[in-house]
Amino acid sequence: MSGEEFVPLSLTPLLIGIFAAVACALPGNFLLLRKQALIGDAISHVVLPGIVVAFLLTGAISAAPMMLGAAGAAVVAVVLIEAIRRLGRIEPGAAMGVVFTTMFAGGVLLLEQTDTSSVHLDVEHALYGNLESLIWLDATGWSSLLDPQALAHLPVELPRMALTLLAVVLFIAVFWRVLKISTFDEGFARTLGIRTNLLGLALVITAAVAAVAAFDAVGSIIVIAMFICPPAAARMMSNQLEGQVAWSVGFAVLSAVFGYVLAGYGPLWLGAQDAVSAAGMIATVSGLILAVSARFGPCRNRSGAPVGV
Amino acid sequence: MLIDALLLQLGYNATLVAIGATLLGVSAGVTGTFLFLRKRALVSDAISHATLPGVCLAFILMASFGGDGRNLVGLLLGSAVSASAGLWCLNWLTRNTRLAEDAAIGSVLSVFFGFGIVLLTVIQTLGVGRQAGLEGFLLGSTAGMLWADAMVIAVGGAVTLLLILLIRRPMTLVAFDPEYAAARGLPVSKIDMAMMGLVMAVTVVGLKIVGLILIVALLIIPAVTARFWTERSDYVVLLAGLAGGLSAYIGAAMSASAPNLPTGPIIVLMSFALFLFSLLFAPNRGVLAAVLRHFRFQRRVHLRQGLLALAQGQPIYEKLTLRLLRNGGLVRADGVATDKGKARAAKALRDERRWAVVRADQAHEAAAALYDGLRQIESVLTQDQITEIDRHIGGPKEVLA
Repeated sequence: MSGEEFVPLSLTPLLIGIFAAVACALPGNFLLLRKQALIGDAISHVVLPGIVVAFLLTGAISAAPMMLGAAGAAVVAVVLIEAIRRLGRIEPGAAMGVVFTTMFAGGVLLLEQTDTSSVHLDVEHALYGNLESLIWLDATGWSSLLDPQALAHLPVELPRMALTLLAVVLFIAVFWRVLKISTFDEGFARTLGIRTNLLGLALVITAAVAAVAAFDAVGSIIVIAMFICPPAAARMMSNQLEGQVAWSVGFAVLSAVFGYVLAGYGPLWLGAQDAVSAAGMIATVSGLILAVSARFGPCRNRSGAPVGV
Repeated sequence: MLIDALLLQLGYNATLVAIGATLLGVSAGVTGTFLFLRKRALVSDAISHATLPGVCLAFILMASFGGDGRNLVGLLLGSAVSASAGLWCLNWLTRNTRLAEDAAIGSVLSVFFGFGIVLLTVIQTLGVGRQAGLEGFLLGSTAGMLWADAMVIAVGGAVTLLLILLIRRPMTLVAFDPEYAAARGLPVSKIDMAMMGLVMAVTVVGLKIVGLILIVALLIIPAVTARFWTERSDYVVLLAGLAGGLSAYIGAAMSASAPNLPTGPIIVLMSFALFLFSLLFAPNRGVLAAVLRHFRFQRRVHLRQGLLALAQGQPIYEKLTLRLLRNGGLVRADGVATDKGKARAAKALRDERRWAVVRADQAHEAAAALYDGLRQIESVLTQDQITEIDRHIGGPKEVLA
């Protein structure tokens, strides 16, 4: 395929997909090790009511209020889960189930009650996004990458996702040591004077920011898959946190690239006319990677557990 | 309008939906209770998301063989097959790898759902005509439900209930104490599998009404709600069935009574309302009860400390303590103890002294462990023991001037 076709049609969605996948996979590593993997699932469900409320308040589809609304909803959900868990003495899984389903139901109801026919806002879009539509119309080929005029018309999701990724990387790099200590031994971390509660909250908020930004570009299904599958697959590959994070980034990139390519060109190879959902395909590919690593990964067993039990 | 809907006066279709939803709500509530007590509530999330690829594959299969792709029984069969595949993956991942159950749940639900969405887009492009509300399975759609569909749901709900009735005792045992159940010789893993099978059945039956994203709510919320009201597992099961049935019934009626009220979300919000009420007002486990308990405790502590201060002739400045003492007629408005107050204060001080003896004596170790500064010593020791202690302390002595 030539650059004339690739750059305007595929480069930006591919990059956005990769950035989103990596931005979710990085905090996902720590959530997985802290047994909070489903926080990503909960966040991606509650983003919907946040966005709908933001739309109702501002009356327009614009990025900033929607991101704010989604982030607000994520924080509300985390607080509610914690409140219900403590007030009702309910196990965390059930508390999470109560909160995210209710907020999602509220979001759907609000969406049905308001007239959104004039704008592009519906449940299906929220679930699986529209990665394929984020094309760069002003590009004419590889040379456009150096053309400031064409660059000015990049889809706005690309720089936003890149910024988010940068923020996530910065957070993890700055807090690497304390995150590592508090993830593996919270009691020890506290004796060192690390504020583990605050750190845990900061991690969840970082995850929420990544989820909201990715959600805006690619829908919530990728968010859940990327929070869990690449870190889980990486967990089978390494016993070192550094190794696990590196593997997870690799897996995230791999699933984004292969998922996008398979969704865009796979059906054409098979003789079909149209592409299939890229978001769904990326999730599927990440699942395949997980399946392979769960079957053959060198560190797939619980340490100390006898093989084959 | 709502009254009409609640009394099933809104016509044939609305009545069908309301009855089907109620049956579904009851069986979801009952099934979900065992899941909740087993602390595996979110497994239902994985199961429900894993139904999507099955629905799509069944549609493609039926359509490509020239049949009607929308045959509900076929679609539900397909969803059951892929849900059990998802369940198998989930169990395999938790058993054979180092992943914890939550990570396995998350990966199964996202991957199966992602694959389902790929298949949905395949169906869209396949050109087999109107993909005919397969998206309805995401959020449920009851508009245009047929008599046959309602029958499938009703029969499915009834069969599930019957099965639960048969295996409720082993399931309760496994939910509370799997090790003990195994020691009793019960096949724990098979019972777990049966439990998951029931969850799957409820999910599949509920796909049409509330949709696969929200069916989780019907499995979790009624069980959590019922748990607030009682400590006995059989009552929890009954109450959860009641809560589930009630919210499904009212939800379905409400959604029939006005436009733009989708059934699934309304049912979920209805059951959340019941949950919220229980969280706040349930006796014993509710928030209100806890607040009242806190205030009662606070009053006891203040009263006790006030009496001890009176007995030792210390001045009391704390407002709550003063008010409590005054309201009890133990001190006068100027803070001087009344006769009753003096008697109670002397008793409190003597009890403290008795406790000190008890706590210093190894022989009373068990009783001493119960000391918390508030407990009445008479509720711990017998009258004889107290008399014995009093002999150590001795009676009142004359104060020499």
